[in-house]
Amino acid sequence: MKKTWWKVLCVVLLLYTIIRGLAGAVPHQPILNETIRNVYFHVPLWFGMMTLMTASMWFGIKYLRNGRIEDDEYSVEFANVAIFFGILGFMTGSLWGQFTWGDWLPKDPKIIAVEVGLLIYLSYFILRSSFEDEQRKARLSAIYNIFAFATFIPLVWILPRLTDSLHPGNGGNPAFGKYDMDNGMRMVFYPAVIGWTLLGVWISSLRIRLRIIERLQSEI
Amino acid sequence: MQELKALIGKEIRLEWRQRYALNGMLLYIISTVFVCYMSFKLKVNDIEPITWNTLFWIILLFTAVNSITKSFTQERAGRQLYYYTLASPQGVILSKIIYNIVLLLALSLVGFVIYALFMGNPVNNIAMYLTGIVLGAVGFSATLTMVAGIASKAENTSTLMAVLSFPIILPMLLMLIRLSKNAMDGLEWSTSFDEILTLLGIDGIVIALSYLLFPFLWRS
Repeated sequence: MKKTWWKVLCVVLLLYTIIRGLAGAVPHQPILNETIRNVYFHVPLWFGMMTLMTASMWFGIKYLRNGRIEDDEYSVEFANVAIFFGILGFMTGSLWGQFTWGDWLPKDPKIIAVEVGLLIYLSYFILRSSFEDEQRKARLSAIYNIFAFATFIPLVWILPRLTDSLHPGNGGNPAFGKYDMDNGMRMVFYPAVIGWTLLGVWISSLRIRLRIIERLQSEI
Repeated sequence: MQELKALIGKEIRLEWRQRYALNGMLLYIISTVFVCYMSFKLKVNDIEPITWNTLFWIILLFTAVNSITKSFTQERAGRQLYYYTLASPQGVILSKIIYNIVLLLALSLVGFVIYALFMGNPVNNIAMYLTGIVLGAVGFSATLTMVAGIASKAENTSTLMAVLSFPIILPMLLMLIRLSKNAMDGLEWSTSFDEILTLLGIDGIVIALSYLLFPFLWRS
């Protein structure tokens, strides 16, 4: 029970999110209408993705410091699940965009930033697949991971200056927190953020364990 | 400091001995400009300022990628091992970055002159445009030198070079295009301080990271 409590918490929070998210009361806003429910799924997926990316970079630094192969396995799988969450967030966002802004892929700094982020992590995997030797693969991909993450941050900061954003809270649009979300929604939104992030960590931890077992098996 | 000077001297001498590489890069830039001239100017004799600017930066980007790819592959692995016993990793990476800055500055200034000759010169504030070129050369060479170091450890260096560097060079490129567009329109310096500061910041981050990460890179 000591180690499983957070998994139980994750399931409970997500069940709560899905039930309250699909059936609970939401304020009626013009244009947004019922699509406002997507805020429980789309936004937390981004939060989860950023957390996982940061975790991936953190384990990259740790690997460079001690050279333990486990840290590299952590780093890869966090990046993997971050890409998965990124694609999910991209899809939910695109769906949402179609029904509120009338375009599947509007020109928006946040969308461009996430496209670049996905490109970076895809090339990270290409880099990994071009090495045979485990240690070398781990070291070079950790270096690239840190390097890319550090140049990705300025991009997130720069892009909003180049084009106006349609997202709430940017480019003169009011943030969700101010007008659209009432207290009832907040009661679902924050648990949803925690729940989705925990789910991401859970998936990564399963994949990490699988990877470690595979490595141990091939060593025997 | 002495070490740095000796290493830079070595890079220059190496380049001078194999002049075909340098001449090759010059010819590369000239023929690319000529291809653009043939496709844009010959028939229609009309090019939008935005296209003019973007095209120039894309040419510079490809020239930079091509010329810096070889900075780790032109010497044999054995010889590099020998340098590693003599010099510090920080010395090696800084000397390579400084050398590449000089090389890229020369290439891009020559490129700018040729480009302006063939494609016309709509730039109003030349000094500001040149500032953009200098900042761009510094940033490109710092980023690409580090990526070249990573890519040189793999088999398919040239593909990896493009795949790894494009996403992380994007923030810099966006800012450069914006700065140089301001210069073309002949805007006041004060309107572009923002871009110049951001570019300086990105250049600083990239150089600092290369300095920190390269010692891990060269061990493999």
